[in-house]
Amino acid sequence: MESKKNYLTNGHTVGSWLLTIDHKRIGILYLLSVTAFFMLGGFFALLLRLELLTPRGDLFTSDIYNRIFTMHGVAMVFFFMIPAIPAAIGNFVLPIMVGAKDLAFPRINLLSWYLYIIGAALAFVSIVMGGVDTGWTFYTPYSSTYSTSAVTSAALGVFIAGFSSILTGLNFIVTVHKMRAPGMTWFRLPLFVWAHYATSLIMILGTPVIAVTVLLVFLERAFGFGFFDPRLGGDPVLFQHLFWFYSHPAVYIMILPSMGVISELVAAFTKKRPFGYEFIAGSSLAIALLGFFVWGHHMFVSSQSMYAGIVFSIITFLVGVPSAVKIFNWLATFYKGSITFETPMIYVLGFFGLFMVGGLTGLFLAIMAIDVHVHDTYFVVAHFHYIMVGGTVMGYLGGLHYWWPKMSGKMYNEALGRIAAIGIFLGFNLTFFPQFIAGYLGMPRRYHIYAEEFQIFNILSTGGAMVLGLSFIIPIFNMLWSLKFGKDAPANPWNAKGLEWTIPSPPTTHNFETTPIVTEEAYAYAPHDKGGH
Amino acid sequence: MSTANTKKFEPLQHHFANLNQQYECASLGMWLFLVTEILFFGGIFLAYTIYREMYPDAFAAGSHHLSILLGCINTAVLISSSFTMVMAVHTARLGKKHATTWFLLLTLILGCVFLGIKAVEYTEKFTHHLVPNNTFHFEGFDGPGIRIFYSIYFALTGLHALHMVIGAVILVIIMIQNMQGRFSAEYNSPIDMFGLYWHFVDIVWIFLFPLLYLLGRHA
Repeated sequence: MESKKNYLTNGHTVGSWLLTIDHKRIGILYLLSVTAFFMLGGFFALLLRLELLTPRGDLFTSDIYNRIFTMHGVAMVFFFMIPAIPAAIGNFVLPIMVGAKDLAFPRINLLSWYLYIIGAALAFVSIVMGGVDTGWTFYTPYSSTYSTSAVTSAALGVFIAGFSSILTGLNFIVTVHKMRAPGMTWFRLPLFVWAHYATSLIMILGTPVIAVTVLLVFLERAFGFGFFDPRLGGDPVLFQHLFWFYSHPAVYIMILPSMGVISELVAAFTKKRPFGYEFIAGSSLAIALLGFFVWGHHMFVSSQSMYAGIVFSIITFLVGVPSAVKIFNWLATFYKGSITFETPMIYVLGFFGLFMVGGLTGLFLAIMAIDVHVHDTYFVVAHFHYIMVGGTVMGYLGGLHYWWPKMSGKMYNEALGRIAAIGIFLGFNLTFFPQFIAGYLGMPRRYHIYAEEFQIFNILSTGGAMVLGLSFIIPIFNMLWSLKFGKDAPANPWNAKGLEWTIPSPPTTHNFETTPIVTEEAYAYAPHDKGGH
Repeated sequence: MSTANTKKFEPLQHHFANLNQQYECASLGMWLFLVTEILFFGGIFLAYTIYREMYPDAFAAGSHHLSILLGCINTAVLISSSFTMVMAVHTARLGKKHATTWFLLLTLILGCVFLGIKAVEYTEKFTHHLVPNNTFHFEGFDGPGIRIFYSIYFALTGLHALHMVIGAVILVIIMIQNMQGRFSAEYNSPIDMFGLYWHFVDIVWIFLFPLLYLLGRHA
């Protein structure tokens, strides 16, 4: 039995990877691709921070600066954060968690990766052609009529990558409904699966709308159709409505999978079933549902009616409820847990701190009067980086460390992992906390020439970005190091519960020798396993 | 046919326990896909609703110019094709291979007739400068909104026609597979799933026709 091939050794040719229908290999393909885009987006961020060291425009013209922050946003949002956790980690572990041999539609899964690559290639083409200067939001009529930059290829790239996301979501939903192993009831599903189910709902309900919106911009730009052009009687605000109808829920596409990861990590490193399992599961669905009714809070200063604004404001506050339910339940899980502080757990703690700040400042922004004051300032920039980087990236890296032994069959260096996790937390706060202050004092976003009084905040921010950037390199190095020098991973290095820890590391191609029969709840940690001290 | 490629087609894919599970997955997946399609078209329907409210006169003038006769014929053609598609699914479930082939062929022909008539309508728009680009010119109504009407008309009917073309290609494929004997009374889910898609495309047209051709004609 020992000579049995695992999924990594089952075929060594390039074709065996590029034509694979194994969800684990596709997950690895996604992992490599999103990492590449993370580095690309990070490179643009570095350029931005360097430029912002001084109040003058030293390095770039305004036009180039516009392109750099747009490409930073496009690369990070559409090609890193949206696919990162679902398509890379989720692809790998979700089918195993429900006890399936693969996702319901393996070939569609591969197709989704190719669509992602085609979309990414088009986005890359637009960079080579000089970049896009519209901001990642592609607001009309600038994007559809006036911009002379490479909007068309970037928009097509986003359009095509959207279908990759739709297919991933569709695959997950069908898999969770129809591919669960015998005995794996809905309330025995790991919370990671619940979170991905909620995410997938957003993916299939929201993504088609951004797809068609971008398509309309493309038709207007390329052929002269009239949808948003005011000269023809079109309404640019309609674009904003359609755009945010997807792009606000898209924030939950980024954060919900991360919350799923956090649930797994909290359970594994406290050795306890998460407190209020049903509420954490339900809160994911609640966030997904509410997320569809808050888009107008991005448009408080557009021509949107004040009364609509009030409704959007109230519903936005409601999102705070399920988010708080999660946080409080996770914290309650710590109570009398046998807590250990391996690298993934450090990321969990980092997530708590950053997500709390990001979430609470989100409530500030939900208040219309305050939003008018800080709209389009660095306050907003800091807020959404706390959510997106603090929320998504912490969960992504925590999850990656947690499942890396399963994916690669190797253990990473624990000390290095912890140093990176702490470095990212510190570097992140140093980068973005000063931006809250600068923004509150009135520094507008998307300008590279700013008043001198803001320089101190920008120096702090750029310094933090250096720490952050260096810390991000450590995990990449650590993972590569582990492939060559890491210890072989046992099947269950964390003594965690879950079907993925019952099979070898790395798993065989079909995951399970025989279909598992589930007889216990998720996270059935021994009740006597108390305290540790 | 008895050359190297004689490997018998195995309907059950490796990761499913049985054909029933495979069918249920395909069915749920198809319905979810149609949900995404509804939202995809939904964006343009929203634009239609808003601009119709903003420019009722322009929309009335625009729809007055569309050929109600060709629209009616096409509606009848498409509904008929849905009927033949239902019959194809029905006969496939009974395992009647030849009847299925004939019904699929009829569906394909009706689909092509629809596209042919649509092409006639499009040609007329091109010759009369009603394509919403910079040469757009509409006699009889001067004001904002008319070019938006034609933009929405082309976006909606164009996307619909694109779905028809994709459908026709898939029809040819499953028709060939059917003739090769791939389907049986036990395994025919590709025909079934394609039927759902075809009906969806039909239903989209059922909405497009009154919205674009009929509403506001007498206003």
